[in-house]
Amino acid sequence: MADFGGGDPEAFRKEVREWVEANFPAELKGRPNPMMREERAKPSEAQEAWRKAVGSKGWGTPTWPKQYGGGGLSSAEARVIQQEFGRAGAYNPIGGMGVMMFGPTLLEYGTEDQKLEHIPLICRGDVQWCQGFSEPGAGSDLAALQTRAEDKGDHFLINGQKIWTSGAQYADWCFCLVRTDTSKKHEGISFVLFSMHQPGVEVRPIKLIAGSSPFCETFFTDARAEKKNLVGPLNGGWTIAKRLLQHERGGLSGAGGGGGMGGRSLVDLAREYVGVDDQGRIADPDLRTRVVQHEIEGRSFQQTAVRAMLESKGNSGPSAATSIMKNAGTSWMQLRHELTLEIMGHQGLGWEGDAFKPEELGAVRGWLGGKAFTIYGGSQEVQSNIISKRILGLPDLTQHN
Amino acid sequence: MAVLNEEQSMLRDAAKSWTQEKSPVTAFRKMRDSGVDIGYDAKAWNEMAEMGWAGVIIPEEYGGSAFGYLSMGLILEELGRTLTASPLIASGVGAASALALGGSDAQKSEWLPKIADGSVVGALAVDEGAHHAPEKVALAATKSGAGYSLSGTKTFVIEGLAANLLVVSARTSGAPGDKDGITLFLVPADAKGVSRKRLALADSRGAANITFDKVEVGADAILGAADKGWEVLEKTLDRVRAALAAEMLGAANQAFETTLDYLKVRVQFGQVIGSFQALQHRAAKMFTDLELARSAVEAALQAIDADSPDVPELVSLSKAKMGDVFHLVSNEMVQMHGGIGMTDAHDSGFYLKRARAAEAAFGSQSYHRDRYARINGY
Repeated sequence: MADFGGGDPEAFRKEVREWVEANFPAELKGRPNPMMREERAKPSEAQEAWRKAVGSKGWGTPTWPKQYGGGGLSSAEARVIQQEFGRAGAYNPIGGMGVMMFGPTLLEYGTEDQKLEHIPLICRGDVQWCQGFSEPGAGSDLAALQTRAEDKGDHFLINGQKIWTSGAQYADWCFCLVRTDTSKKHEGISFVLFSMHQPGVEVRPIKLIAGSSPFCETFFTDARAEKKNLVGPLNGGWTIAKRLLQHERGGLSGAGGGGGMGGRSLVDLAREYVGVDDQGRIADPDLRTRVVQHEIEGRSFQQTAVRAMLESKGNSGPSAATSIMKNAGTSWMQLRHELTLEIMGHQGLGWEGDAFKPEELGAVRGWLGGKAFTIYGGSQEVQSNIISKRILGLPDLTQHN
Repeated sequence: MAVLNEEQSMLRDAAKSWTQEKSPVTAFRKMRDSGVDIGYDAKAWNEMAEMGWAGVIIPEEYGGSAFGYLSMGLILEELGRTLTASPLIASGVGAASALALGGSDAQKSEWLPKIADGSVVGALAVDEGAHHAPEKVALAATKSGAGYSLSGTKTFVIEGLAANLLVVSARTSGAPGDKDGITLFLVPADAKGVSRKRLALADSRGAANITFDKVEVGADAILGAADKGWEVLEKTLDRVRAALAAEMLGAANQAFETTLDYLKVRVQFGQVIGSFQALQHRAAKMFTDLELARSAVEAALQAIDADSPDVPELVSLSKAKMGDVFHLVSNEMVQMHGGIGMTDAHDSGFYLKRARAAEAAFGSQSYHRDRYARINGY
């Protein structure tokens, strides 16, 4: 592939390696990305230095256009950066919803001014975004949303409530679906951007069954969004929302197939907690069967991910296999958590305290947190509707307008 | 669908148009109703052989095209769609692989060109009981003069009645269950002391029990080395399993598509039944599983072509996954068709019967799950 645009891949690798050596603070080696954790509210000096260093190079968003603060690099060069970061034990400090979902969508649908205003801040990690989509009455049926935006000339006044707003308590800005026409369903929705740091915005973290608060309820009382921050046409937000959800689902299914879990394999855990028979087999034959089945399912998921990638490059058009990735990946991950818990027995049920190893406590929290996989980003059932309708061509009875 | 090269695309297109024109499911029905004892239409097999399909994995110097196993899988997938019965797997994959992997120059020169042109049908005589267990060989081969004398029984030999040439696993030392001490023999099906009994199975395909009563063969009938047949046998079986999984992939996809078509036309309660979410979600689940199974089947065939060391585990993975998915889809085909699916006049029953026969052949899902775990050390 001529991904290096005539440049020398080894020279680029050398450049990245030297830069990482010069800029990555040693104390952060092997540490997870604070972006995904509560500590991101008050980052350390080293974390801030690393974020600024990577952000100013645009290497946190390596394939985004240079004129908006991205790296302007090829996907092959982006892989080199990823590899070199991995080699040095360094995380990519630029991330979150701005990178995963909002940025790619704005690059596609935003005006030149909007891109120039918002994308560079995402590339530098200066602004964190949250997603104002779901509402108490609009979950799977997202287009039933009722948060209203009233036209006030140069701005909109926003009133209503969002829920499941990931990371709203740390967010600086919100990309939000609002109702601008109550006479239509899908065609009455607009896509607006506004600051979370204003009096009309109130955020209440929701404590989940796993004990943490990754999501919030978010209330808007006469919150203000400038007209220049309307993305796409008025009442044209649904198309943009659907595109953004594709970015979201792509990111979520990538967790499956063994990639996102880390930790030890189920087989290793079973050897330790359940034991083996005189032939080295997992001693509980029923559990062994289910572990094998799960391993086979995981391998076939990985094989499908590879096939989908090769097909989208080699054949014309996207591969039909991509449509199954979210359901297949998330149900696989959930089952992995269930099996982990079962393998650990009582040791896998500890909530806190020194009677349990960190790995065991993590198993409980992971199992509970994992219940969300088949709910968020389009539930298992909504994904099945999408496959039925778009891929299999079965009639759609869920559209009433 | 894997990314194909030009010759693979041409092979697949040829197989697709031939099966649709010459061998639709009605042809299978006609073959079944005719009661032909070999379990396939000899005329159709001749046409397949003329197109070179029997020689797809056979080296060019022995009259084949050496296109490889993925190519063979593409043909089998199309044949599977219409349930086309033929000895392509038993002969063109089974006997051909055994010879190509373990045969002497003389054996290859004698048999492979005839297998490639379809004039000889080969078959693997491996199992001796109700379940696939290739190491449980009791059939005895004892020294007799300069050669051997074979006595024992092989069960469920696929295309055993049609075969001219049998690849027989026999015990030359050790006990049933030992991998050492198994020897492969090439035995002409008309050799003195070979008797065959046709098995009428639910899927109407060709199968036989074969008894060997003091069958005398020369030392030159040994395929590979005496007592050391296991390696060639296992490699051969993996090629057959992967090929069978490809046939199953085609059959399962057709069973699904036929069912999906029915969901779009059958009206109850004033609407097509495919508008009911209870059926839509089951259809989405089947589609998801079929996509996963396709990846597993193609990966196994590609691994064989690349002679990769993980062939055994990828093959077991694919046969287990494909078996589960064909099982599900064939059951759902009958259920979603309702009463019509229970009638012999409808094709659903054919897919259901073929599914179970193919699942059991060369190792069921539980056999391959166990094998996958053992290969991976648990």
